[in-house]
This record gives sequence, C-alpha cells and structure tokens, in this order.
Amino acid sequence: MAYKWLPRWFFQLASPRWCYQITGQLIPWFAAISGLLVVSGIIWGLAFAPPDYQQGNSFRIIYLHVPSAILAQSFYMLMALAGAIGLIWKMKVADMVAKSVAPIGAALAVLALLTGAIWGKPTWGSWWVWDARLTSMLVLLFLYLGVIALNSAIESETTAAQSTAVLALVGLVNIPIIKYSVEWWNTLHQPATFKLTEKPAMPPEMWVPLLVMVIGLYMMFGLALMLRLRNEILLRERRASWVKELLAVKA
Amino acid sequence: MSAALLSARSLYCERDDRILFEGLDLNLSSGEILQIEGRNGSGKTTLLRILSGLSNHFEGELFWRGETMGEAKESFLAELVYIGHQPGVSDLLTAEENLKWHCALHPSLDASLIEYAINQVGLTGFEDVPAFQLSAGQKRRIALARLYMSNAQLWILDEPFTAIDKLGVAAKEDLMLKHLSKGGSVILTTHQDLSAHMPLRKLILGQSKEAQYIEQ
Amino acid sequence: MNNKDLSASGLFVATFRRDLVLAFRRKSELVNPLIFFLMVITLFPIGVSPEPDFLAELAPGLLWVAALLATLLSMESLFKADFEDGSLEQLLLSPQPLFMVVLAKVSAHWLMSGLALTLVAPVLAVMLFLPFEGMPGLMLSLLLGTPTLSLIGAIGAALTVGLRRGGVLISLLVLPLYIPVLIFGSSAVQAAITGLPLGGYFALLGALLALALALAPLATGAALRISVSG
Repeated sequence: MAYKWLPRWFFQLASPRWCYQITGQLIPWFAAISGLLVVSGIIWGLAFAPPDYQQGNSFRIIYLHVPSAILAQSFYMLMALAGAIGLIWKMKVADMVAKSVAPIGAALAVLALLTGAIWGKPTWGSWWVWDARLTSMLVLLFLYLGVIALNSAIESETTAAQSTAVLALVGLVNIPIIKYSVEWWNTLHQPATFKLTEKPAMPPEMWVPLLVMVIGLYMMFGLALMLRLRNEILLRERRASWVKELLAVKA
Repeated sequence: MSAALLSARSLYCERDDRILFEGLDLNLSSGEILQIEGRNGSGKTTLLRILSGLSNHFEGELFWRGETMGEAKESFLAELVYIGHQPGVSDLLTAEENLKWHCALHPSLDASLIEYAINQVGLTGFEDVPAFQLSAGQKRRIALARLYMSNAQLWILDEPFTAIDKLGVAAKEDLMLKHLSKGGSVILTTHQDLSAHMPLRKLILGQSKEAQYIEQ
Repeated sequence: MNNKDLSASGLFVATFRRDLVLAFRRKSELVNPLIFFLMVITLFPIGVSPEPDFLAELAPGLLWVAALLATLLSMESLFKADFEDGSLEQLLLSPQPLFMVVLAKVSAHWLMSGLALTLVAPVLAVMLFLPFEGMPGLMLSLLLGTPTLSLIGAIGAALTVGLRRGGVLISLLVLPLYIPVLIFGSSAVQAAITGLPLGGYFALLGALLALALALAPLATGAALRISVSG
C-alpha cells in the first residue's frame, strides 16, 4: 500500500539494513553532542543556576526530573506512532522501533518518579506524595509495563508487534483522559495549591540550562534507542546475508 | 472457460525460523478441487488460513475474482465456507442452536435447510443434544452440515474427514461433486485417500521450497 | 432498513442470545464475580478495622474498587471458550461487521457481570455502613460505569485470548485504563453522600461510556483478528 504523498525516504526507512547503516553513522555524533549537552547542563544546573527563592537548592533536581518526565511522555507517543506505522504499512522496522522504545520509556518514567521523590523529600518531608503529576507518571509507567509484558508473553514476533501496537494506541487515546481525571481528582483531595511544576515565569538563567538538559537527554536516550534498535535489527534479520557477513567480519 | 475464483501470487511465509513456502502461485477456477498435500508441519494449515484470510503472516498478494483481496474482502467472505481444525461447534449448545448461530453469521447459509442438513449428516434425533454429549465425529458432522445449507462458491476445508467413517467420506465426496457441478470449488487437506474418480488437482508443499502441482 | 442492516441487527440479537444461553448453561461461573465482590469487601473490616465510621468513609471507593476487580476477573471468559472451540475463527470470517458481534458479546457479558454487581452493591454498601444518601449515587454510577469497564476490559481480553495464561496479564493491561472511570465513579458516590449535585459526574461517566462504545469495539475487533492470525 504505497501512498504517493509520502516521501521516498519514508519507504527507504523500511529497510532494516539501511536503518542499521544510518544509525551506525549517527551514533558517534549523538554520543558526542549528547555527552556535551548533558554534562554542561548538569554542571550549569547544579552549580551555576540561581537557587529558587522558595525551595532553595533542592529544586535543582528539576534539571533531571522535568526532562525525564517530558521524555517519558514523548517516547510513549513515539512508541504508539511507530506501532501504528508498523500496523498500517506492515513495516518491520517500525515494529522494531516500537519494541526498542518501550523499555527506554519505562526507564525514563522510573527516573522521573525517582527524581520526583528526591525532590519531594526535602520539600514536603516524605518520599512520595499523591499529586497529579507523579500519579500520572506512575500510570504512564503502568502503561509501559503493560506493553512490555504483552510483548514478552506472545511468542510470534509479528503477532506481538501488532498486539502491542494496538495496546499502545489504546493507551495513547487514554493518556489525556487519565491526566485530566487525575488532575481533577487531585484538586478534590489537596486544596492546598502545591503545584510542583507550576512555576511563575522562569528567568532565563533557570530555563536555559533546563532546555539544554531536555535536548541533551533527548539525544542521549535517542542514542540508547538507536543502540537497542541495532541489536533488534541484527537479531531479527539474522538469517539475511548482510547480517551474516557483518557478524563474520566481527568474529 | 471456467472463471478464475481465487488466486495467489508469490506467497511467502515463514514460521519458527523456517521458510514454509516462497514464490508460491496458486490459481483456483470454478468447478475445481484443489488438494493441498505435504508432511506434517509443511504448512498446509497455514496456507489454508492465509487463503481464507484468517492469517496475515505472509507476504504476497491474494485475488478474488480478479480483484485484490483488500477490495473484495467482504464479497469474498460472503462466498466462503471455512471449516478448520476445530469444528467451530460450541459444546454447550445443541446442534440446531449451533447451526442457527452460523446462519446469523453467514448470509450464505439458509436457516430453512437446517433440518435437511442435520438429516444428511446423520444426526437426526440428536438435534437437541448439547454438543458435549456427542462424539468427536458427531461434532465434526455438525460443522460439515453447513455445507448442505450453503450456496457459497468456495469451500476451504482443513482435515474435514477427521473422525468420519468411510460411508461419511463417500457421502461428502458426492456432496463435493454436486458442489462442483454448480460451479463451486473446494480447497482441502486430508490424510484420507479420496476416491479415484474425484477430479483433483494436488499441490504438494514442503518438498522443495516451491510447490508442485499434480493432476489426478 | 435494507438487507444489510437487517442482518447486522439480527446478528447482534443472535450473538447476544447465544452468549446469554451459554452463560446460563455454565451456571457455576455466573456467581463467581458476585462472590468475589462480597469477599473483597469482607477483607477490609477483617484486615483493617470494623469501625463503622472508618468503613463508611472507605465505602464509596472500596465498593468501586471491588466492583472493578470483580469485572476484571470475569473478563477472561469473554472470548476464551470461543477461541478454544473454533467459534472465534468463524466469527471473524463473517462478512457482517465485527463491531456488532463484539458489542453483542460485551453487552451479554455486562449483564452477567457489571449489572449483577450493580444490583448486589446496595447489600454490600449496608455492610460497609454507606450512608443511605449515597445509595442512588452508588447504583447509578455503577450502572453508568460498569459498561465502560466491560468495554475496555474486552480489549484486554481480545489481546490475550491466544495466550495460555492470559488472565493476570489482562489485569495489568487494563487497570491503568480503568482509572478515569474509578475516579469519577467513586467521586459521584462521595458527592451523593455530601448532598452535592450529581449531574456533572454522570455527564462525565456518560461521556466516557459514549467514547468507549464508539472506540472500544473497534480496538477489540482489531485485537481479535491479530490474536487469531498467530
């Protein structure tokens, strides 16, 4: 089913071999740039950005918490999108991308939750609080875990890819509904406005390092995704001649 | 010139790291019986499921009456009776109830022929018995009864004669010949030997990667 | 109505009746969700505290959670039997819209699970000392919410029907999706107790149900085709 309005490179993407080669070229760049951004972002955020007038120095964890939360959510969308492409156009590479994203997204969600907890302890005294953002992130983690569990429970790769794609899409539709209902639930039970992420206009000294971290983490986890994807490609295409040649050379 | 019904081009299917078939072409015209043969595990059931549309784990194209399967899916399903490994018979329902539900599922099945069909498969007197009280052969006969109620062009049958005795097989052979004379076609697999007078084409899977056709 | 509409609604009725007949012939399984509902409720006074004030505060959410879990538990049976005897294959080979068949099966299933739970809920509410004012809110919210639970649960059942032990996996897949219904359902009961207007809650629950009615059977149908093609 080829649609004329789709650019040619879209269908070139469908070749696992081409994907493998392209990612091979991109990886060194991603590694270098992401390393630079993340390291500088962390140093900037931890050492040089001004302390928050309300929370002092403990808020600095947002330089890790906010980017990981953003990434966890956008990687889910990537997973659902890749799954949809694999489902509609029967592209194996899209299936492989979706499968590779899932554990990374789950790890990001865990990171967001952990950094949220680290933020919480000095700020409100306990390691956990049932606020809207953290609860939503927890539910996002459950959605990821569901996809991972379903994928590992089904033996046939094709069936697993298609089933998890459907599940990811169902989850995608539900995410805004869940977020809205959790926020609404939160206002019921916490009249005190304790918005963790609602910040009045942030001065540039604060949000520029944040932006650096966001971009840096995107590249770093994009790198992780490419590494996982390459492994997945080699595994699934192991009977293809180009893989055999490649592995023979390496051996 | 008999009309082409079902065709397949360059079918490729792999399972468990084995290639079951590749480059498989298939053409079925009206008034034909095609028997798929091969050893256990050679992909007979898989092929039938691909042809009937149950499985999409394949590459290649399918055509029904000249149109791609994507366009013709609905009219294809309306003209297909598929009887698979499991008879599709619900254990807690009686034969009659089972067939009534099948009629609701498939417009090609005529509900007024239920009694006739039950009679033809030798289950008269057992219409009101819940299927779990019947033997495996009797359950399969409930499934086969649908063939007597249907005006569908294409029958795809996977081991239809399991647990059916010789008389039953002979009766079904007659039924198939009748079906052919009305322009219908059959694709089937079976371990039983069909009678010599049956006009068969055979497709043998698994010997080389490509399949072979034999006229009988 | 042309022929197609007639046969589509005929298929709905035929499938609906078939599933009800099958459910009644498996009488022993009919009561399982209800017994589970009762048992889960019983765990809390025993495990935590039988104080009326404490239980009354817990009641709205607890009744909802227990109903939710009982529904989840019964979801596996939606497609399993049909998968095992080959009826599911036949169902998928029907030229009629799969949407209708799925909707019929889920409706019949809901009658035996969600609706039954709704009718039994007042009895359990009394055991948890739910104030009388909360009863209408409880029953209406369950009535509006449990169909959504069945519809969403069907997606999980369809995704796992081909697996040998899909039961627990269904819960894992479906529970996050149940959270909005749980939030609005239990809040409706809370609001009923405190005398607040319930219209908004029922509108929200109704909206969720409408969305589920429109989309869930599509996802379920797709999942069924995928599971059977394996």
